[in-house]
Amino acid sequence: MSFAAAFFYLFACILVGSAFMVISSRNPVYSVLFLILAFVNAAGLFILIGAEFLALILVVVYVGAVAVLFLFVVMMLDVDFVELRQGFLQYLPVGVVVGLIFLAELVLVVGAWASGPGVSVARNAVMTYPRGNTHALGQVLYTDYIYFFQIAGFVLLVAMIGAIVLTLRHKPNVKRQNISAQVARTPETAMEVVKVRPGQGL
Amino acid sequence: MEIGLSHYLTLAAILFTLGTLGIFLNRKNVIVILMSVELILLAVNINLVAFSAFQGNLVGQVFALLVLTVAAAEAAIGLAILVVFFRNRGSIAVEDINAMKG
Repeated sequence: MSFAAAFFYLFACILVGSAFMVISSRNPVYSVLFLILAFVNAAGLFILIGAEFLALILVVVYVGAVAVLFLFVVMMLDVDFVELRQGFLQYLPVGVVVGLIFLAELVLVVGAWASGPGVSVARNAVMTYPRGNTHALGQVLYTDYIYFFQIAGFVLLVAMIGAIVLTLRHKPNVKRQNISAQVARTPETAMEVVKVRPGQGL
Repeated sequence: MEIGLSHYLTLAAILFTLGTLGIFLNRKNVIVILMSVELILLAVNINLVAFSAFQGNLVGQVFALLVLTVAAAEAAIGLAILVVFFRNRGSIAVEDINAMKG
């Protein structure tokens, strides 16, 4: 077994095992941690296949942003997760049967896969670029697929605005700066000159 | 044995099935359902990148980048909705989410 094959099986086994733990773990915090493990191993697989840029983006976006977001929400919400697991065993037989049928169908499709006659025979070697995967991807992304790139940016912008609008909450009884009231102040409204008579005080 | 395209496709198929199984099994917990959706999108990404690498065509990786973006946006919006829902109802059980039922 070659070096690459050994690493493929290592990453693939850990990936499948951690994905299984994500859906079967009792505690959602463990689920999130196993999700992180799954993403890191998927990044390893991407590096193995030659997509270095996507592998590192996967680590940055998923492990750095999405998984941390999940962790925040799981820890922030005060939910009885044991109660939410009721019915897990009830759905288990049907779920496993449906899953096995689905997996069999998918594997049958994969097994029957073949390159079309016009397509060059699938290379069994990792692609090599003279100046690296990132450079090649950038050359494609910023020229032919610039609109896809812009749409991705808009999707993120809409997601950001949507998340802010959804979770923004104006509390009453909070003192805030009122700029127009500040600017509208004049010396007449702001201060009062009081004549103090000697020896009497105010 | 050389690692070919079908190895990656089989791995992605197993991951996809585990994701759908997660939606089946954790029907009450929205957070785990969202994590299962992330697993499904990861399986799709593995498919796209594997085809891209073995066909020698970079477009698959561009599309995987787009899928990654949409997955991040979906997680952000979904968790925001979840937080708002928990604030209003004090629960995240799926069967309680029926306010729009006629």
